Formats: sequence, C-alpha cells, structure tokens
Amino acid sequence: MTEQIAEQLTGAQSLVRSLEHAGVDTIFGIPGGAILPAYDPLFDSEQIRHILVRHEQGAGHAAQGYAMVTGRVGVCMATSGPGATNLVTAIADAFMDSVPIVAITGQVATHLIGTDGFQEADIRGITMPITKHSYLVTDAADIPRVIAEAFHIAGTGRPGPVLVDIAKDALQSSTTFHWPSELALPGYRPTTRPHGKQVREAARLIAAAERPVLYVGGGVIKAEASAELKMLAELTQIPVVTTLMARGAFPDSHELHLGMPGMHGTVAAVTALQRSDLLISLGARFDDRVTGQLSSFAPLAKVIHADIDPAEISKNRTADVPIVGDCREVISELIGTLRKQADEDGVEGDYAAWREQVLGIKARFPVGYDKPAEGLAPQTVIERLSALSGSDATYVAGVGQHQMWAAHYVDYERPRQWLNSGGAGTMGYSVPAAMGAQVGLPGSVVWAIDGDGCFQMTNQELATCALEGIPIKVAVINNSSLGMVRQWQTLLYEGRYSNTDLNTGPESIGARRIPDFVKLADAYGCVGLRCDSEADLDATIEKALAITDRPVVIDFVVERDAMVWPMVHGGASNDDIQIARDLAPTWDDEDI
Amino acid sequence: MTTQHTLSVLVENTPGVLARVSSLFMRRGFNIESLAVGQTEIPEISRMTIVVNVDELPLEQVTKQLNKLVNVLKIVELDSGSAVERELMLIKVRTDPQTRGQVLETVNLFRAKVVDVATDAVTIEATGDAGKLAAMLNVLEPFGIREIAQSGRVAIGRGPRSITDRTLRTVPGTQAS
Repeated sequence: MTEQIAEQLTGAQSLVRSLEHAGVDTIFGIPGGAILPAYDPLFDSEQIRHILVRHEQGAGHAAQGYAMVTGRVGVCMATSGPGATNLVTAIADAFMDSVPIVAITGQVATHLIGTDGFQEADIRGITMPITKHSYLVTDAADIPRVIAEAFHIAGTGRPGPVLVDIAKDALQSSTTFHWPSELALPGYRPTTRPHGKQVREAARLIAAAERPVLYVGGGVIKAEASAELKMLAELTQIPVVTTLMARGAFPDSHELHLGMPGMHGTVAAVTALQRSDLLISLGARFDDRVTGQLSSFAPLAKVIHADIDPAEISKNRTADVPIVGDCREVISELIGTLRKQADEDGVEGDYAAWREQVLGIKARFPVGYDKPAEGLAPQTVIERLSALSGSDATYVAGVGQHQMWAAHYVDYERPRQWLNSGGAGTMGYSVPAAMGAQVGLPGSVVWAIDGDGCFQMTNQELATCALEGIPIKVAVINNSSLGMVRQWQTLLYEGRYSNTDLNTGPESIGARRIPDFVKLADAYGCVGLRCDSEADLDATIEKALAITDRPVVIDFVVERDAMVWPMVHGGASNDDIQIARDLAPTWDDEDI
Repeated sequence: MTTQHTLSVLVENTPGVLARVSSLFMRRGFNIESLAVGQTEIPEISRMTIVVNVDELPLEQVTKQLNKLVNVLKIVELDSGSAVERELMLIKVRTDPQTRGQVLETVNLFRAKVVDVATDAVTIEATGDAGKLAAMLNVLEPFGIREIAQSGRVAIGRGPRSITDRTLRTVPGTQAS
C-alpha cells in the first residue's frame, strides 16, 4: 500500500473519501443513530448525491436499478438494527440476480457489539448466505481498504452484493487516509479468460450438431457481450432463446430470436430447447423456472455451459463441455475458433432444416391473447406502452402476471432495457428499482410496470421521486388482485380465491378502490391518471410521456381474468406446454 | 450411498471465516461429520480439516461453493490412502485395584498414554485414525467409560509435497497487516 495523504481525519470522513475514490456519485439511504457520523461529512461531499428514501428496502432496490442500467456498482446506506434488516430483501434479490451493489450499514459501537444493545442486529451474520462477501469494520484504519475491496468484489467476476458494516466508534475515531494502490485478495481471483481447449471442444460440438440452440442468460448482459452474441448468432445461424434475465441481450426483432424459454416461455423457445441436440448456454444457470422438471428437460441435448461462476456449471444439468470465463471473452474466442475451423478445416455446421423447423413454430405459435368482450386487456396496455415509448425507454417490472406480460409484450431491442426481479421474485421491486434506474439515466423514459399488489409494497418511494426530481412513470396493471396467485387458484384450486382479492378495482366489479391510485399519486405530488378502456389507451400513455417534470402514475384498470400463457405447470415437463387453458399446441407430423 | 471425504481447506485467518464455511455447508444441505481448525506454518493462514459424508457430485458442488468464499484460499481433498489422518481422544475410564492393570495394559497395547490418575479412574490420551480409536474404546468399554472428549480429524498428505507450497507463500495476503 502506498501512502498518498496522511492528514488526520475521522473514520466517517475516511469513509466518504473512500466512496469518492471508488467513483461513487449516488447513494440511496436513510440515516439513523449508528450511521449518523457518516452523514455529516456526506453532507459536504460535492461528488456524491445522497438520495433520502422512505424505506431501506427502497434504497436497496434503487441501488440495484442504478447498477442494472449503468453497469456500475450501486450503493445503499442504512443504520444498524432495523435499518440494516430492512435492506435484507434487496440484498437477497441482488444476490439471486447477480447485481453489483455495496450496502453500507452502521453498527453499534464496538463495546456494545454482542450485548443486545439498542438497534443492534448481527447484520453480517444475517446476510452471510445472501452476500458475495461481507465485512465488519471496527478499526477506522481499515475503512479505505475495505471499501476498495468491497467495490472490487461487488463489480468483478460474477457480480453480487457486498455488505460493509461499520461500528459507530470506528466512524468517530481519528485515523489517517490511505487509499490502497493494490488489493490483497488471494482467495478472490475470478477466471475471465476461457480455456482454449474447452473453446475448441465447444466449436467441434457446434460444427457437429444438427439442432443447436443458443441458450442466453443474464450473464451476457452483465458481461456486455450483446454485440458478440449477435455476431455469433449471425455467423452460425443458430436460433437464440433469451431467459427472463436476458431479455434484450439479443434483439426481439431478430429473425433468429425465438423468445423467452421456461414456465411462461414461448412455444418456439420451449420446444426448441426440448428438441435440441446441443444447448450452448451462455451466462445462464438452468434455473428451475427454465428447465421445469429437470429430468425431462432438453433430453436429447449435449450441453456446452459457459459461465464466469464455476459453481453454476453442472450444478443442475451436467455439462459436456464446461467453460469457465467471462461471456464476452468466451463468445469472442468461440467466434474466432469457429471461423478458423471453417476456413482451415472446412468444418461448418449446417442447421438450415432445424432453423426452418423452429422458425416455423415461431410463426405458427406467436405469443398472443384473446381480447375480452369488455374491459381492457392488460397485454394490450403493455403492447401500447412499448410501441409508444420505444426501445430507448427502460422497463422495470415487479413480480407476477404483469412481469410475464412485460417480458413478452414489450419489444426488447437492447441490453439493459429490461429490469426485473428474476431469481428472488421480489414483489415491490419495480418502483424503487425504476427510481434507481432513472437516477442512472437522467432524461430518459423509465417505466415501472407494476401490479396493484406489488405497487402497494413500495410505493412510498413516490415521495422520494417527487421530491428529488426523479420523474419515473408507473403503469399499474390493476386487476384488483394478486393476479398470478389468482391464476393458480383458477387453474389448480377450482377458482377458490383465498386471500387474493385486493379491492383496488372499481365498484363495477364489486371492489372498493382502496386505495384510489390516482388520489394516492396526487397525495405524493405525482400526476395520477386512470385508463379503463382501449379507446383512451394511447392518449393516456402519450399524456404520461409528455410529463417530464414529475412522476406519473397511471391506474390501468384491466380485466381481471386475463391469464399468462403459455404455461408449463410447476414440476411438469416442458413437453407439456399449454398455450391456453387445457390447450396444448397441435403439431404437424413434420414438426415431430 | 454416500462416502466419507476429508477436505483440507486453507483459509485466511480472519474473524468470521469459520461461520462462513460452516453456514455454507448447512445452507447447501451437507452435514459436517467433523471439523478441526488450526494455524498453519504461515500465521495468516488457517487450515480446516472437514470430514463430510456425501456423494461425489454434491461434493464437487460444495467444493465449488466453498471456493467462492473470498477468505478460502485452497481446497484439497485428501485420499485416506495417500494421507495421514489422526484424531485425538481423551477417555476417562473407571478403574479399581483389580482392573487398573488391565486398563494400563490396553493403554500400552494401543500406544496411548495415561495423562491423569485418580483413585477410581484414569484419563487416557490416545491418537490414531478413527478405526484404531474405535477399537480401543471397544476394549475399554467393559471397565466403564465415564467421559470422552474427541477432536475433529486432522490430516496431511504423505510425501514431500505441501499444499501450502506454491500458491500461498507468494500471495500478497500473507504479508498484509
């Protein structure tokens, strides 16, 4: 370590200076007793904007949203005890979806640790299984090193959340500031460069395959590998599926794109994986929502599995060719090797028949829905949002039916256009994550596509948005119920709607409109709009798009019996995909 | 059918590392049979010897997950054929003037030693692999075993090679304060 500056300062000042050295420009947080010393020098920082949220969970999701759109490490801050525990859901969410965030929490003073002191919680212990790494700092001298390490660990390799818990006395004591010139992390050396032999083996399998599929996961977005992916797909003419976390990694408009696989995947994507003889998995993790019943998933396929995290490879499905490395480097090397193989050895795959087959399925079974006799179809709302806002806008969903519709009916053309809580499935992600995304992308359009259930979990951040000049747009797809649970109750519990009616709908369906989202928006200093017919749909969306000086909330009152299709029931084989209730796709002989 | 595996895990000697390792085993659903921790010849590095009963594939998964812990430096699976494995056991055995001689004879037979004597009991210190200690306990059982304290297994590979050799002596972490 080299000594750059040796003046005396407090641990709190050292923390703020460390965050500045780490390149932080935004922190989402709430002060409280134990973290209070840090907020004093933060008040003076010219580099760092602190955004005062209304609930720590909002700070955590905002840091995620910021990180997802910028590719940089997001930062949230909270005090000890309940402040820290309120961050837990967001930290778990970031862990599941590999989002780089650093969470800084105040801890009670060292002499109180372990005494069940006021607002004491062992947040490092609590978050141990849901962080990539964590620190408890009790000596002010450690602050710069720990902050430097935390940002490095969060943002490199497979990204993830890092917790830095700092005892109050460490923030208050006097120290000197030394920013480390290099990091000493002997146990942390992510492999980014793939093994040449494995890449050559993969290229050999690709050339020999007859029915290959590029199975693309969120790792491609994290690795900024979309351009390389497009080159690979166009070079090989292999069809592509993009998982929920990878929507936007490959343009939806591309001919080779079959859409999203999995429980609510397109018929083409699900069927292509099932019939494939070679899965080329890039930054994906064979999640149960993609594979369905694992034993019958892609039963004929060999697997090339590339991931930066070796623990993901062969975790759920044994890989024939494991490749540990950064997706961008893997794909680049694969392109080089495939070209060389074609040029020098004349070995090249020919998948024309397969392509014709899967593109035929794509044409015959597009994602679609029937419009209801009366009322507004939620799918139409999302289609029009996408059409009128375009692919420069960012779309941030909550969890449930609206999330799946947003995954299908928004047209994704670029990486980082789509944010959602994929792995954890956190209801309430949308509004605060959209807030963070908007801060990361000032001046652009950010839509929170939310459900009436999700929206009620974190809408207090509308206050933050209104006061801090963060003009997000919220589309509440209001079906007056916990829609996805209701769908399962319709399909699996004979329509016994136990505890899924939220009463946010209009009196015409017997609901009580509590709360009234338009009034709620107004109370929070936002513009509140309502739309309940297709005739007003475009005008309402355009009105919202024209408002740029404050947040807008649109209460889209939609038909409540709409369901998400296609669907593979939980635990079932992907071969049993249904395109509507009790309706399996009918295949021509040549398809099978 | 699960088999027993002995893992030598080199970790940074920092607070919380034991909790990280043990909670990882718990979270991924593995039961630790025994665990022993101690310093190595490099003071900044501790060595954990972990014995688990698990199949080959889940073992690979837990090893990969362990490797992701930032404080874990290296993991080596020691095969009992090419490693020396030892456990330490302290056994308090009831004795009387008639049986003391037989107990002491057992102690000698197993190359154990007596570390404490009272009028009606002796405390024996024994080291060995799990098989030897079980055999000795079997012989002592009829005299009346009053108390046992047993360590986790420690193990080291046979031959001149060291698992701390290459990777660790050169890493910057071993010089850090």
